[in-house]
Amino acid sequence: MDRLFACRVEDLEPGSSTTVKGEVTIAVYRTESDRWFASDDSCTHEQWSLGSDSDLEGGEVVCPLHMARFDLETGKPLCFPATVALRMYDVVIEDGDVYVAL
Amino acid sequence: MTVLVVGASVAGIRTVQALRQVGFSGGITMVGEELHHPYDKPPLSKELLAAGAPEALVPLLTVEELAALDVDLHLGVRATRLDPAARIVETADGQRLPYTTLVIATGVQPRTLPGADSVPGVHTIRTADDVLALRRQLATRPTVVVVGAGFIGAEFASAARAHGCPVTVVEAQDVPMAHILGPRVGGLLAELHQEHGVRVVTGARFDHFEQGPDGAVRGVALADGRVEPADLVVVGIGARPATDWLAGSGLPIDDGVECDEHLGVVGHPGVYAAGDVARWPHALYGSPLRIEHWTNANEHGALVAASITGTPPPRPQVPYVWSDQYGHRIQIVGRPSDGVLAHCSGGASDKLVAVYTGDDGSVVGAVVVDDPRALMKLRRAVAARTPLADLDLVPSGALTGS
Repeated sequence: MDRLFACRVEDLEPGSSTTVKGEVTIAVYRTESDRWFASDDSCTHEQWSLGSDSDLEGGEVVCPLHMARFDLETGKPLCFPATVALRMYDVVIEDGDVYVAL
Repeated sequence: MTVLVVGASVAGIRTVQALRQVGFSGGITMVGEELHHPYDKPPLSKELLAAGAPEALVPLLTVEELAALDVDLHLGVRATRLDPAARIVETADGQRLPYTTLVIATGVQPRTLPGADSVPGVHTIRTADDVLALRRQLATRPTVVVVGAGFIGAEFASAARAHGCPVTVVEAQDVPMAHILGPRVGGLLAELHQEHGVRVVTGARFDHFEQGPDGAVRGVALADGRVEPADLVVVGIGARPATDWLAGSGLPIDDGVECDEHLGVVGHPGVYAAGDVARWPHALYGSPLRIEHWTNANEHGALVAASITGTPPPRPQVPYVWSDQYGHRIQIVGRPSDGVLAHCSGGASDKLVAVYTGDDGSVVGAVVVDDPRALMKLRRAVAARTPLADLDLVPSGALTGS
């Protein structure tokens, strides 16, 4: 299985996100309760980088463009305007290195 | 059971989508007065007016998604009368559509000025057809006057400048947007117009439209005698609920259709309203509000579907609206007019962050330009009613006279 190095654990504060550019651009999230998630970078409603600019509320990510909201466990859209799920990826942490399984 | 939805814009379409999402399998009929496949309205005064942009409308959902909703769809059909006792909606093409449950989602219609409907060259912006016509005229670089410096007017001024037109904005208030954002922030946002070569005439009372020999508009005459020359005028002075068709229905109407917290029309079981047309006690505010925001219409679609089906309602969200002007994105969260300006940093073209607080010092609203991170932080602050002092914002300048 391919995997993409995202960052070191200490590079990303709890409650924040970042963008990792590979063959596909991935958003990596670290929630306030220190859970890690990864998804396709763009909101499914309109092009917007969730890794660069979004808000984490518990286990949900909110897009600042039109307030679309997704469940980070499943990628499921939780409110309009989003109706299409975010594609999610597994995150693997080894020796403080954060990888996204592609 | 048949749900009849009147209005095929964002509130109506989201209602239907939400009904199917929560498993409603009964019949759904939808009436919409425009012929177009249901499309998204925010781009009308933004992307769709841009020079060289495709004329394609942004669909609210794909043709396939719409088909999958299994809706008896009547587009190009205007509802003309409601008989709540018989549970019938009459339409302009002579249909009598029965319902078990009715959802009123007819939105708003632009306020206008005397003569605006009869003088060629004077326009309002509500529909795709309005905008496609305006866009063709902008390509001929007319001299433009925009009456009203609210978001629609400002977005149109921005688009007209991008087409190379000379543009004047005429505003009744001394400072644009002051009634919502206060004079300081209103003044900062108005600087965007001036920076982009748009004249802003404030404190200006409209008197009448001046017409040329051919009857077409040639200027906007103000109460002080001045005439602002114009080949093209857009009137953007707000909107009023599209409830004319409900006259005589007995529904409670007073600046919108009066609803309970579930969006049920007061005193009329089985009748609901959603979106711009609905006035209801917002769960985060208590007092009745009517909110003309696109996000609110989205939320109402989900809420009304939950009310109809008895499924759990969505979590209430803080009001949010945005505007795109001269390449800048203005975002407003919460209700700035509920508070006073307590923090202001940056400028309209330099990451403006303006925060409004209530009597207890907690954040009740904010305006942000080009800074989505600050916006999201302030959105959380409004939701949690966080004291301003607890936020880590860049230092504010003096706020005298704000």
